[in-house]
Amino acid sequence: MGWLPESASTYASDIDLGFWVITVIVGIAFVVVEAALVLFLVRYRARPGRRAAYIHGNTTAEVIWTAVPAITVVAIGVWSAGLWSEIKGRDNFPADAVHLAIEAKQFEWNVTYPGPDGQLGTEDDFTRRNALEIPVNRPVVVDLTAEDVLHSFFVPAFRIKQDAVPGMTIPVWFEATKTGEFELACAELCGNSHYSMKGRVRVHTAEDYEEWVRSQSSPEAGQ
Amino acid sequence: MTTAAVAERPTAAGHDGRSFIQRYIFTTDHKIIGIQFLFMSLLFLIVGGLLALMMRWQLGYPGQPMPGGGMLPETMAPDGILLPEFYNSLVTMHGTFMVFFAIMPLLVGVFANFLIPLKIGAPDMAFPRLNMASFWIAVPAGLLMVAGFFVEGGHAGAGWTAYAPLSARPDLSGVSLGQIFWLLSLAILGLSSILGSMNYITTVVNMRAPGMTWFRLPLSIWSLFITAILVLLAIPVLSGAAIMLLFDQTLGTHFFNPVEGGQPLLWQHVFWFFGHPEVYILILPAMGMVSDIISNGSRKPVFGYHSMVFAIIAIAFLGWIVWGHHMFQSGMNPMLGTTFMISTLVIAVPSAIKTFNWLGTLWRGSIHFHTPMLNAIGFVAMFVIGGLSGIYMATTPVDIFIHDTYFIVAHLHYVLFGGSLFAIFAAIYFWYPKMFGRMMSERLGKVHFVLTFIFYNLVFFPMHFLGMGGHMRRIYDPTEYEFLQPFQPMNRFITVSVFFLVAAQVPFVVNFFWSLFKGAPASENPWKDNGLEWTVSSPAPHGNFAETPTVYHGPYEFSSPLVDDDYLPQSRAVDPQPRPAPAAGD
Amino acid sequence: MAHAAVMSGAEPGAGVYTKKLGMWTFLASEVMFFTALIGSYIVLRFGAAETWPVPTETLNIPLTALNTFILICSSVSMVKAYAAAVDDDQKWLKIWLLATVIMGAMFVGVQVYEYYHLIHDHFLPSSGLFGSTFYTMTGFHGFHVSMGVLCMSWVTIKAFRGGYAGGKYQGVEVVGLYWHFVDLVWIILFTIVYLI
Repeated sequence: MGWLPESASTYASDIDLGFWVITVIVGIAFVVVEAALVLFLVRYRARPGRRAAYIHGNTTAEVIWTAVPAITVVAIGVWSAGLWSEIKGRDNFPADAVHLAIEAKQFEWNVTYPGPDGQLGTEDDFTRRNALEIPVNRPVVVDLTAEDVLHSFFVPAFRIKQDAVPGMTIPVWFEATKTGEFELACAELCGNSHYSMKGRVRVHTAEDYEEWVRSQSSPEAGQ
Repeated sequence: MTTAAVAERPTAAGHDGRSFIQRYIFTTDHKIIGIQFLFMSLLFLIVGGLLALMMRWQLGYPGQPMPGGGMLPETMAPDGILLPEFYNSLVTMHGTFMVFFAIMPLLVGVFANFLIPLKIGAPDMAFPRLNMASFWIAVPAGLLMVAGFFVEGGHAGAGWTAYAPLSARPDLSGVSLGQIFWLLSLAILGLSSILGSMNYITTVVNMRAPGMTWFRLPLSIWSLFITAILVLLAIPVLSGAAIMLLFDQTLGTHFFNPVEGGQPLLWQHVFWFFGHPEVYILILPAMGMVSDIISNGSRKPVFGYHSMVFAIIAIAFLGWIVWGHHMFQSGMNPMLGTTFMISTLVIAVPSAIKTFNWLGTLWRGSIHFHTPMLNAIGFVAMFVIGGLSGIYMATTPVDIFIHDTYFIVAHLHYVLFGGSLFAIFAAIYFWYPKMFGRMMSERLGKVHFVLTFIFYNLVFFPMHFLGMGGHMRRIYDPTEYEFLQPFQPMNRFITVSVFFLVAAQVPFVVNFFWSLFKGAPASENPWKDNGLEWTVSSPAPHGNFAETPTVYHGPYEFSSPLVDDDYLPQSRAVDPQPRPAPAAGD
Repeated sequence: MAHAAVMSGAEPGAGVYTKKLGMWTFLASEVMFFTALIGSYIVLRFGAAETWPVPTETLNIPLTALNTFILICSSVSMVKAYAAAVDDDQKWLKIWLLATVIMGAMFVGVQVYEYYHLIHDHFLPSSGLFGSTFYTMTGFHGFHVSMGVLCMSWVTIKAFRGGYAGGKYQGVEVVGLYWHFVDLVWIILFTIVYLI
């Protein structure tokens, strides 16, 4: 369906599945309730000589329409907990990930790369503004923080969103499944230029990514 | 029994010896206080709507001069083009005025005040002078909030949720005095709300007429009573939060400033600990009044009255333990997210119960489509959508994607406008005769309802699709993002629809004011309802009841076999022998 | 002001007279207000990365301990005043109310003195999280005591004018409830801010 953005990460399709399953469930509820509403309005409109039924309730009905929603929400909850833990659970982060740091500030994204040694916090780290470059089919773990106010790291195509909080470093992971360019948006009101705090995510093939990292470390690189 | 069927027009110096000022300005009469809140809140509803109209202009036609925008000062919209900082304050103040100065006072300030003593058989509130103070404290709060637009730096622009650190740092937001006014205004308004709720609670507990047992109270009163308890307990938390933020701004404290060990997330926790009960404050009275009106319009008892009461209590109780669902993506421990998800999904159940009971009330009823009934039915239809859309955001992984998008905006407007505001319209149309002694025009009322219903859905339903597309909230210019550009036609469609939605309110405004002077004089009980308020004249007299009524049955004895009429007022005693079996019915 | 008509009979409600029920509701809201402030203090203190300053190094514990004692005594005098009102002992009602007002005023006075010296020593609301939480909590408490002293003064004046003669104790009881609440909050604050 064209209503959701393209899906370009491993868990995007899981989230989308959840979205559509919920749509089916609430869609059924919607149709049942609204149809009953319209049906009753038509069928039981006032007509001369007819008196309303003097009924105060029905315990069986109450039990049924308590139990059915309750069971439904429990089912949704059980499914959700699993996927939520998989995406946000800090003990579940994938191994062999590219490790980056992103600092959000008014009004830009500063992405720090670990450089050829693959380790953050070493001499060969380098920082780029508003450009997140990652390899395809490999997990990426981001240490997300904010310099000044709240921001929110949002890549619609990856279905990932995480608030960036000054004073906290919050880990986020995702794994891109398609090469190409995607947009990064700020999703938490952060001031007057919040609306233009965008970044560009570029997903490379593994080889191109190595190439890019090497090129960034040479003396001519920089932004 | 009470007065004649002809409506009495109050004279300036009534026979109770009060002057004009004592009757209408510094009055202690709960009914007039309710009407004072009505005028004030309707004014702020219009203000909130106009702010939204300006926001929608910018969203539909980004960067283009707004018609009439030339009248705005350079600091807001040079050459009529809205500035981003002004847009942010529009977003903030639209939410602020609508939540605190329109919907909340319309539901609580107006109807708790107007209905409680009348519907429980009391002459007035427990503390009439405190009640007067409650209104007159709200007025300067409102003025202060308006004043924020005219100070240097402009009005608060951090959202109605005022997240720190942005809201605490004038150097980062550009706003100083505006945010301070916002905080002070809400602190003052909070005092008004707390005084009001003290009155509502005490009155319902201690001043019910003989025979008005707890389970003979109308659901409107149950919901207002439970809501008053929520107000009493939640608003002080907002006051505390506002004070801490105010001190961060003005005294250099560090509650939310991480540099000195403060925690931005603390603001969110404290704010939403208030904020979630607040949204139930904004819906429960609506649900209660809708129950009264649907029962009346169907000429049938409310289906499952006891379940309805327990559902109100359950919603109020559970509402205290779901606040974290506003913070799933905030950086708080994800395991906490799971616990809040559970409580949030659970709270869907009592709301579902209520919806089915409304349907049950209509089932096998004898439905009369008067204007209040149309709006009450509209409430049910729209609240269902709002409630169901909530399931998406309760589901934490889906919320990762739709948090802070227009999907949330759609949800909140379906429950607050589709829900609360339609219920408010229903309640105004229903109790107007008792307030003013006149009937509103049914024809204008129906026109208002139909137009509002149509344009309201044209405005807010598409927002679900914007959100699905990833369209963020509080965005001054969506066209900055390539992935949002395809949504511009939808944004424009919404903007045009908003214009018509605002225009659709004209019949209501005209009806309201015209009927004050030219409406048909109202009888005691034009809706043939069972409530105690319909046993006194329209408008209701000062002191309400010449003699304290005695209550003999529940509030929804429509189509009772004990009487020929299809209604049975609560204070009308009857011989418990059923009337002869009816002719072939249904 | 025209009074609304009196009700003849009502359903049994709380079993508590209306003014008292009203005061209980007000106190419930006050509990929530202080919960927001005290809760935030607890979160900030136990979430603070650095160690929290030792209160004895900044605050004058002996003085505030004395102040605490004064406030507790004022609650005792308040209880006595209430008992006198119930017994229609106007003489002792006036004496105990006056004692309560004086001790309440002393509490506020000592706190002002304490603040003056702290500020003089450059301990301000902006002095880290400790300063932020200290001044906010004790300041609002002090404000509530001050309002209490004003109300208590009003009640005392009314007592001197015979307003509670004939066993009319309700106004005294209600202001007493507020006073005990304010004392209770102080005991909590003193413990968690000054002592721990």
